[in-house]
Amino acid sequence: MRYSALQVLRNGLTGNKSWKPVWRNPTPKSHYDVVIIGGGGHGLATAYYLAKKHGITNVAVLEKGWLGGGNVGRNTTIVRSNYMLEGNMKFYSHSLRLWENLEQELNYNVMLSQRGLVVLGHSDGQVEALARRGTVSVMEGDDGVLWSREECRARMPYLNHDDARFPVYGALMHQRGGTARHDAVVWGFARAADMRGVDLIQNCEVQGLRIENGKMVGVETSRGYIGAGKVGMTVAGRSGQVAEMAGLRLPIESQVLQAFVTEGLKPILPTVIAFGMGHFYISQSDKGGLVFGGDLDGYNSYAQRGNIPMMEHIAEAGMALMPMIGKAKMLRSWGGINDMTMDGSPIIDKSPVENFFVNCGWCYGGFKAVPGSGDCFAHLMATGNPHPAANRLLLNRFETGRLLDETGNGASPNLH
Amino acid sequence: MRINCPNCGDRDVREFHYRGSAKLLNRPAPDAGEAAFVDYVYLRENPAGLNRELWFHEMGCRSWIVAQRNMSTHEFAGTELARNAKRGAK
Amino acid sequence: MSRLTTGGQIDRSQKIAFQFDGRTFQGFKGDTLASALLANDVRLVGRSFKYHRPRGILTAGSEEPNALMQMGLGDQTTPNVRATTQELHDGLIAASQNRFPSLAFDLLSVNDLMAPFFSAGFYYKTFMWPKSFWEKLYEPIIRRAAGLGALSGKADTALYDKAFAFCDLLVIGAGPAGLMAALTAAKGGLDVILADEDFTLGGRLNSETFEIDGQPGRDWAAATVAELAAMDNVRLMARTTVTGAYDGGTYGALERVSHHLSTPPKDRPLETFWRIVAKRAILAGGAIERPIAFPNNDRPGVMMAAAVRSYANRFAVAPGKAVSVFTNNDDGHRTARDLVALGITVAAVIDTRREAPYGEGYPVLKGAEVTDTKGRLGLREVIVRTESGQKTIKTDCLAVSGGWNPSVHLTCHMNGRPVWREDIAAFVPVENAIPGLLTVGAALGDFSTHAALATGQKAAATVLAEMGKTTSAEKLPKAEDAPIALAPFWHVKGTKGRAWLDMQNDVTTKDIVLAHQENFRSVEHMKRYTTLGMATDQGKTANMGALAIMADLTGRSIPQTGTTTFRPPYTPVAMGALGAHGAGKGFAPERLLPSDTVGRELNAHFIELGLWYRPSLYPLAGETHWRHTCDREVRMVRGTVGITDVTPLGKIDIQGPDAATLLDRVYTNSFSTLPIGKVRYGLMLREDGAVLDDGTTARFGENHYVLTATGGAAGLVMTHLEFCTQVLWPELDVSVFSVTDQWAQYSIAGPKARDLVNALVDDPVTNESFPYMSCGEAMIGGVKARLFRISFSGELGYEIAVPARYGDALARALGEQAKALGGGWYGLEALNVLRIEKGLLTHAEIDGRVTPDDLGLGKMVSGKKDCVGKTLSGRGAMLAEDREQLVALKIPGEVNAFSGGGHLFKVGEKMITANDQGHITSHCFSPTLGHPIALALLKNGRARTGEKLVMKDYARNLEITCEVCAPVHLDPKGENLRA
Repeated sequence: MRYSALQVLRNGLTGNKSWKPVWRNPTPKSHYDVVIIGGGGHGLATAYYLAKKHGITNVAVLEKGWLGGGNVGRNTTIVRSNYMLEGNMKFYSHSLRLWENLEQELNYNVMLSQRGLVVLGHSDGQVEALARRGTVSVMEGDDGVLWSREECRARMPYLNHDDARFPVYGALMHQRGGTARHDAVVWGFARAADMRGVDLIQNCEVQGLRIENGKMVGVETSRGYIGAGKVGMTVAGRSGQVAEMAGLRLPIESQVLQAFVTEGLKPILPTVIAFGMGHFYISQSDKGGLVFGGDLDGYNSYAQRGNIPMMEHIAEAGMALMPMIGKAKMLRSWGGINDMTMDGSPIIDKSPVENFFVNCGWCYGGFKAVPGSGDCFAHLMATGNPHPAANRLLLNRFETGRLLDETGNGASPNLH
Repeated sequence: MRINCPNCGDRDVREFHYRGSAKLLNRPAPDAGEAAFVDYVYLRENPAGLNRELWFHEMGCRSWIVAQRNMSTHEFAGTELARNAKRGAK
Repeated sequence: MSRLTTGGQIDRSQKIAFQFDGRTFQGFKGDTLASALLANDVRLVGRSFKYHRPRGILTAGSEEPNALMQMGLGDQTTPNVRATTQELHDGLIAASQNRFPSLAFDLLSVNDLMAPFFSAGFYYKTFMWPKSFWEKLYEPIIRRAAGLGALSGKADTALYDKAFAFCDLLVIGAGPAGLMAALTAAKGGLDVILADEDFTLGGRLNSETFEIDGQPGRDWAAATVAELAAMDNVRLMARTTVTGAYDGGTYGALERVSHHLSTPPKDRPLETFWRIVAKRAILAGGAIERPIAFPNNDRPGVMMAAAVRSYANRFAVAPGKAVSVFTNNDDGHRTARDLVALGITVAAVIDTRREAPYGEGYPVLKGAEVTDTKGRLGLREVIVRTESGQKTIKTDCLAVSGGWNPSVHLTCHMNGRPVWREDIAAFVPVENAIPGLLTVGAALGDFSTHAALATGQKAAATVLAEMGKTTSAEKLPKAEDAPIALAPFWHVKGTKGRAWLDMQNDVTTKDIVLAHQENFRSVEHMKRYTTLGMATDQGKTANMGALAIMADLTGRSIPQTGTTTFRPPYTPVAMGALGAHGAGKGFAPERLLPSDTVGRELNAHFIELGLWYRPSLYPLAGETHWRHTCDREVRMVRGTVGITDVTPLGKIDIQGPDAATLLDRVYTNSFSTLPIGKVRYGLMLREDGAVLDDGTTARFGENHYVLTATGGAAGLVMTHLEFCTQVLWPELDVSVFSVTDQWAQYSIAGPKARDLVNALVDDPVTNESFPYMSCGEAMIGGVKARLFRISFSGELGYEIAVPARYGDALARALGEQAKALGGGWYGLEALNVLRIEKGLLTHAEIDGRVTPDDLGLGKMVSGKKDCVGKTLSGRGAMLAEDREQLVALKIPGEVNAFSGGGHLFKVGEKMITANDQGHITSHCFSPTLGHPIALALLKNGRARTGEKLVMKDYARNLEITCEVCAPVHLDPKGENLRA
């Protein structure tokens, strides 16, 4: 069923009785050409692009809970492409371009809102670094404009420009950055994949991987054994555990990142704002809630929840940057498990086990990567070769030393 | 979260900095070669149960501490000074 | 006026005037805003989120979804305040929200007519064409319509605070269960904190007519509170919501300190956010009554039955002139009995059960259901389906009771999943959901007053026993022990029209049906698709009904259908409180130089660098541009002498027999070979082979070194050294100690540097007695100082360190003597120029990615020994030919056209990623050379001296052609240094 304003009108007049299930509830088959472990954004997007671009439709996505229950449903919904290192930049640039056609492609309104993302600088040195980021973005075909101190004051009067501990010296405006409705991304990809014949299997936990003679042949699940020509892993924070089933260890630590939303408020914040000195970023959702977050709690965790100190620190940063939010009330906090790599950049690659592919290490930035990751992972699984946009996101970079360390903090995942 | 520092007693987590796996206690021999160091610096276990890990009492006594903590529940099963853990291991 | 003439816990002697939507009303001390509005017959108080339907007060507690107010005027206006918890105070000004132009006539209520098209998730199916219209048209319209209250956009100037508290036992909730638990534990000798969100402790006892030990429950509560208040080991925290349960017995709690005061004292915070660390906790949070869904159940006048009792019993307000009750349990009848006792007319009790009790002074319709309501802006009548046919009942208030949901919220905060109790048709907390927390009373699903007291006492006894204390044999007070008499009933079936589940977000039973139809059947999908439970009340009243309907539709039981997760905070917490002290300068510590006062006296321009405030320039009168000052300061250093405060450099004292061994292992080069009295430049790596930091280390004795780290990396280096001594090599007999703050240190540079030093030290130095890279002690005015012959400018240079308490005195002496020699202070801008002219590094170059070889320092990695990072710095890609290497660049002219945002390209090539050659790391105008210079990281750069490149900064739109040169511009042989 194609969605459109007309369809909404027609259904509205007939009691909304003819809307169809957005996806089926198929019974797992005994064998698939491709099995994707993990029904989050990356897994669903991979399945979609396998079907759409490579004609591979005998595909199952196995989800241990409900579709989109992991990080794709827990993030702060920011979409951007403003990295600094080439290997990352070309990937996120590719991803952003896919975002920009996603609604038409999926026939689903994911509410991509390119309202602009502003990264603030709090010293001459930081402003220079922002200028460099902007330059790198434009070099890659994206955008970035530097705002002076005066422009910042004029455009963002609600920031503390007067007695701030870290005054705003300048900012980089990434106009094509913004937000999207995270759940809609899940549902859009799920629906589009399902329509192309992909089996989306919920409540199906992978409990083991079957490897014969160094080749992956299938997966043991809570709903029985499922044979597979190829297996792809898109399980974010659980990557270490699934990889372990294949006898692999990854350059990853799973850490918790909290996120927060306030009660609904009338529009007050037009753009996304990132405050580097305070590790704080904020945007306002279409429903009116201020959505914000900051740094990792800093310790390994699978608990999907954090603790008070980071929550306080983030709120303090918010008050330092924009004391106008003091009377907004934080409504809800939650946590996600972040697969933090040792250099802070992701991995899309084959693994030492034949026919087993890994897509992991998205750190706290997996949401904006969803379309790009799906496209590149599908490309790799279908062709056996890395997608040109992801040919630096390889596992062997830790052996060779060809790292992608944006923050320059080295092998300390909680510092990236 | 509270951490029992062997020197200072029960303290709020905000006094501590987390450094990751206690595997870092076992630096390879200088001549162990690249592969051994790659493993040491980068590869991790990520157990869904008890994790043996390093915490630094940065805003306290500045001791490095080895803790056993459950990654799924955050519950601590014990702490000891890293220097003791290291000496004990030998 | 609906105020009863007697009764209630209001003080009729204290009249309070307040405003709502511009009209002035009167209430009493003890009122909430909600009770005062009801007493003044104000029933319409808000509009719903999506359809802008009229909304009235639904509850009498913090779970209120409807009565949200904009409080106060001007810059300090506060949105989304629950009228049901806001205490009335003189001068309170409240306004309704989310309506235009007025509450009674809201234009956007047209949305309600569009409801068939605005079904759950409709926006995912449309607004996609044309593409560019989303940001320009659709989204702005949606955003304007959405949201509730408004921020002023001006800084919140209120005072907020944070605090820690520690106790043996935290009791959450001061109803009968909590009071009994706190009393028992306190008598047993535990340190107890009793917190409750209400301003009057006692919980439901304040709202009910129960008796305890023969006296009114509220009197028992007051007496118990008084008894607790008199105990030294008890802290009572009224107006305090425990907002979250966290690891290690830590709880978050918000105390509303001053919201109930007309003019709070200046030194008193508005709110305080507490972190309470408790060895044990008892959750006595009670239960929340749940509604029943029926068509048009959202009209003002439809209220929760328990709220109706609260308003009548506690606040002496008749919520209606003819109240009816819709119930599936005996509590509904209690509502009717209480109202009748107060002389309020009860039109009917509509009981879904055929076996309902007989009415005592009120009519009962058994086996009956409300199928519709009427009344435009407030309830006028309800339509009831009975076994004998349809009836219309004139009523202006319908009290609804669908049973009770235990307040399990806190027990979910650490991932506990509540379990279903069939007998009460509700979820109750799973045991041990929070380590050390026990649940009691209604929160556990034990609803009678007796059960509350008994479980409270028992849990306290358990805690006492666990903590090695004995329980005094107290008699349990006598109280009612009515059984739960309830027949689960969630929504009225076989009706047309919309029945509301989530009153604020406008989620109706039809939306749940649609979610099911479209296969959004998992509870989380249902919630996210319909927005159920995502409003400011987080579904406290809405979730269960929706769950029951979904269970019905899927043919599963409610527990099979599941429950959504409650997460912190229990009720919303102001950002101002969570972020208390973060505003203004409070966000981070302010580190001041020993010469800070001197700098301020000289009108130096200070900048923030890390946590330090450091002078960037010392402008003289007449200097109108920062370049005038900077250029002059550079010339001054190169010409005579300059002084600058380098105290922020990390200073680490390393002592012990193995000090040299440690340094050999952390530096790429050797320090065991460094003679006593000498200084050496060292390079430190991370274990992954990247450069961690550089700096000089001085040897003061056989077993005594002083290491300096770059200011910005001082903490990092110190931590690294402690890691090395404690984690890697605890067998080394060495200790490291940061003395950064203990020593004030000044750099003295320039041809006349020695003259300046000798003007201060007791024993003058010569080039021979104290050559380049020497260190030693010196006496200055009777103070033992440390003297170093090092330079960060390429000039003859010294650094003098004195104990920090003499820092200001030394700064003044240096300033005076420098002036006499024709020199003076220089700031960070000049410092930066001086070091770039000399090709010296900072963390602009040491960016966490570079290797020693990238910096041209590959030879500093000793082949003779191991050090941290040595092995991995030898990986293939770390030595690859296409790596970027440090070079310098120059352009002619007076204007510095270099940019830190600049990337480098070959002349004539397209300036895109594929052709990227490198980037600028530092740059300045060099007054010494007379043209701009830069440092850069350039692919294979050392081999490219003389090559012309184009620098492009797209973010600033700058482009220039520049020439590659070697990174040391001045005095390549270092003759000045050694002079």
